[in-house]
Amino acid sequence: MHFISPVLWQFLIKWLTNFAIFPPEASRIAPDVDAFYFYLIGISVVGLVIVGLLVGVFSVRYRKERNPEATQIEGSTLLEATWTIIPLALFMVSFVWGALLYFRIYNPPTNAMNVYVVGKQWMWKVEHPGGQHEINSLHVPINRPVQLTMISQDVFHSFSIPAFRVKREVIPGRYSTVWFEATAPGTYHLFCTQYCGTLHSQMIGQVVAMTPDDYQAWISGSTSGTSLAQNGERLFAALGCNSCHNGTPNAHGPSLANVIGSQVQLANGTYTTATDAFVRDSILNPTLHQVAGYAPIMPTYQGQVSEEGLISLVEYIRRLDSNYRIDQTLNVSETGAGSDAAPASGTSTSTASGMVKQ
Amino acid sequence: MSTIVSLPDQSTATLPKVSYLNKEYGLKSWLLTGDHKRIAILYLISITFFFFIGGAMAGLIRLELLTPASDLMAADTYNKVFTMHGIIMVFLFLVPSVPATIGNFLIPIMVGAKDLAFPKINLLSWYLYIAGGILLMTALISGGVDTGWTFTTPLSTHYLNTHVITAGLAVFVAGFSSIFTGLNFIVTIHRMRAPGMTWFRLPLFVWSHYAASILMVLGTPVLAITLVLVILERTIGIGVFDPAKGGDPLLFQHLFWFYSHPAVYIMILPGMGVISEVISTFSRKRVFGYTAVAFSSVAIAVFGFFVWAHHMFIMGVSNYSALVFSLLTMLVAVPSAIKIFNWAATLYKGSITFETPMLYAFGFMGLFTIGGLTGVFLGSLGMDIHLTETYFIVAHFHFVMVGGMLMAYLSGVHFWWPKMTGRMYPEGLSKLAAVTTFIGFILTFFPQFILGYLGMPRRYAAYPPEFQVLNVFSTAGASVLGVGYLLPLLYLTWSLKYGAIAGANPWQATGLEWQIQSPPLTENFVETPIVTHEAYDYEWLAHKTEHDEVETVG
Repeated sequence: MHFISPVLWQFLIKWLTNFAIFPPEASRIAPDVDAFYFYLIGISVVGLVIVGLLVGVFSVRYRKERNPEATQIEGSTLLEATWTIIPLALFMVSFVWGALLYFRIYNPPTNAMNVYVVGKQWMWKVEHPGGQHEINSLHVPINRPVQLTMISQDVFHSFSIPAFRVKREVIPGRYSTVWFEATAPGTYHLFCTQYCGTLHSQMIGQVVAMTPDDYQAWISGSTSGTSLAQNGERLFAALGCNSCHNGTPNAHGPSLANVIGSQVQLANGTYTTATDAFVRDSILNPTLHQVAGYAPIMPTYQGQVSEEGLISLVEYIRRLDSNYRIDQTLNVSETGAGSDAAPASGTSTSTASGMVKQ
Repeated sequence: MSTIVSLPDQSTATLPKVSYLNKEYGLKSWLLTGDHKRIAILYLISITFFFFIGGAMAGLIRLELLTPASDLMAADTYNKVFTMHGIIMVFLFLVPSVPATIGNFLIPIMVGAKDLAFPKINLLSWYLYIAGGILLMTALISGGVDTGWTFTTPLSTHYLNTHVITAGLAVFVAGFSSIFTGLNFIVTIHRMRAPGMTWFRLPLFVWSHYAASILMVLGTPVLAITLVLVILERTIGIGVFDPAKGGDPLLFQHLFWFYSHPAVYIMILPGMGVISEVISTFSRKRVFGYTAVAFSSVAIAVFGFFVWAHHMFIMGVSNYSALVFSLLTMLVAVPSAIKIFNWAATLYKGSITFETPMLYAFGFMGLFTIGGLTGVFLGSLGMDIHLTETYFIVAHFHFVMVGGMLMAYLSGVHFWWPKMTGRMYPEGLSKLAAVTTFIGFILTFFPQFILGYLGMPRRYAAYPPEFQVLNVFSTAGASVLGVGYLLPLLYLTWSLKYGAIAGANPWQATGLEWQIQSPPLTENFVETPIVTHEAYDYEWLAHKTEHDEVETVG
């Protein structure tokens, strides 16, 4: 090394560390996406070489000095059919291969753990079901499918993790999902790739993929004390949802126990599957999916609940498997010493149910 | 069948005494002209002006990206600069580039007519273009606009307090200029062909302009209405795109791309027309498979309308509609492949020379092939997820639009410069410019494919340090590219006075435009031509030059 000037050496090192040419492969899907990428590069190189050879060879062979007389040729249907069908066939392979990957990337497996993401100008807020909150970072375990349910509270954003080869638009007013299974522990880039205003290029963060043990340690070390579902239960009571959605036979609203994932009959007679988005829409715009058998009397909660609040409510309803606890919160709000604010004022439901038992 | 075509001796050529350039003098005779050739020159000057403003913006973008931190300008300024670069280059340069200048000049002559069908509407289209340009400059000078050229809602409607309305109006007004140009071309090509000029005797340049005109007339109104909706949403809050009012923010993108994808073909098809003419002329051979090339233009125009949602694969459109749009995208790639192979086959058994327009055309073929094939990457659903919204997209559309369209435009400008001005450009310097442009282009945009696969998002003022070296390459390439574009500006201006006199048909090309004097008369033809030969009939040309001299008047 003594024969290279130290300045030049430093310069080279600096250049080489700043000269990435291929992203890390850190998810289950990444090697498959890369394989497809190399196929596409392969057909591109072949196509380019053929065009280059044709132009190059003809330019040399038929330049005016060597070939002063041009021979007029009409065309050739056979040749033209050849260079129509072969590219078409190669493109069809790309189409099928690409479609198979797309369906894999955008259809999460049923056992995926769910994490919520809210995008806003210019940060990512991540909500784990256990109540862990993160800003501009996302901790995930490796070797376990993770589904992200994402929504924007202002403009379009896009959640991109290049090392996992996944990306999905984060849309205002609509849940979108993406899933991945990290395979290599490490810290990876998280980008917002949809232009979202002034500080778009600072809407970045990191995805930390951890071994299951490290992940467990992180989960228990950063809990806020209340899970999303517990938060949701509080909101449920505070907004008075329980006065109608309590599961009793004469309730004004449909029972919400086990509703997510079930078939619901709408007032127009059709059936639809209740999803996260269905529940969110029904809170903000109740008549959008009017459920059969109920009068359209529910007021809108537009502007009263934040996106995080809606996520808590959705998570609460997702985990609601009986109306037993709703009965209890209902009792609390009725016996709450006449104060409407009582259930909302931070009284945790565990103490509330304690009150009922007395 | 074989043909020898020898170039005429240009040392004896003289400038005609009367031409469209010296028939009348004075600013008024230009600003109130109905002559398609003079309007073409007006367009040429104005789009060159906007090209260099847009190019300066590109230079600022590349300078900012030399270093990872956002240090040359504030993030806000950067956003305004790339927005202005996009709007100027797309709406004020690429859309009018070939059609409004070269097309305006040549379509009537190529079909054997005196002028376009509606000369006053043609002039109006230039005034609308200028009005759009002035509005956009107003937006720029009064503080700029930072929506991105895509005007995406709800960012553009609710979250920005820059001059969105002025910029939107600018694009709205400029859009009508392209509708009028398209309308004029369609009517002229249908109704004003000279006797004997059948559809299949038309030069391929005319076919590709016909296809592009259909896209302009059918597509541009959709963009106009969409921008009006954005403006109404901003001013009185009608709520078409606002989710809080029951609107759909994705609807905007459907409407926007319904125009803006066909717009890509509006930009590239006329360029493909130029390449057909140039390749045929400099290999002295008819275009291989004329009908296939003609119909592939029409096929691109038709399929081009049904692929818009491939810009939205990651936006939560239904999986099945994504499937359909991906399939159609693959289909639209095929006619472009046919064209490339047919041009390559045109060279076979030709008698090829390598003048500047031909070098630019070769540049086009290489760069457009890369641009087209990387489009297949993006049209493939699973690959698009990783590549969209990154520098891969940026590289892809610059390969098609700059590597393809701008190369074709420069090829055409050099090819028809003798016809437009009556003088030759300097051959040596212009070859240097063609090679410089090609090298600069590759150096600028090829590293961006790699950056895109690494995941570097587009429209970022700052980026992680490991992307720096590739960005340095790109910026270095941009400075070479800048030289490549400045050279023609200088030597073409120089050639107006000092260039060699061209004569009527310096390339011995077969088109009708080459059978009349350079520069042409205001009326184009002394008497209505009667067409008895097909396009690219070099036998007819050899036979013709044996017998009679080209007529000039005066």
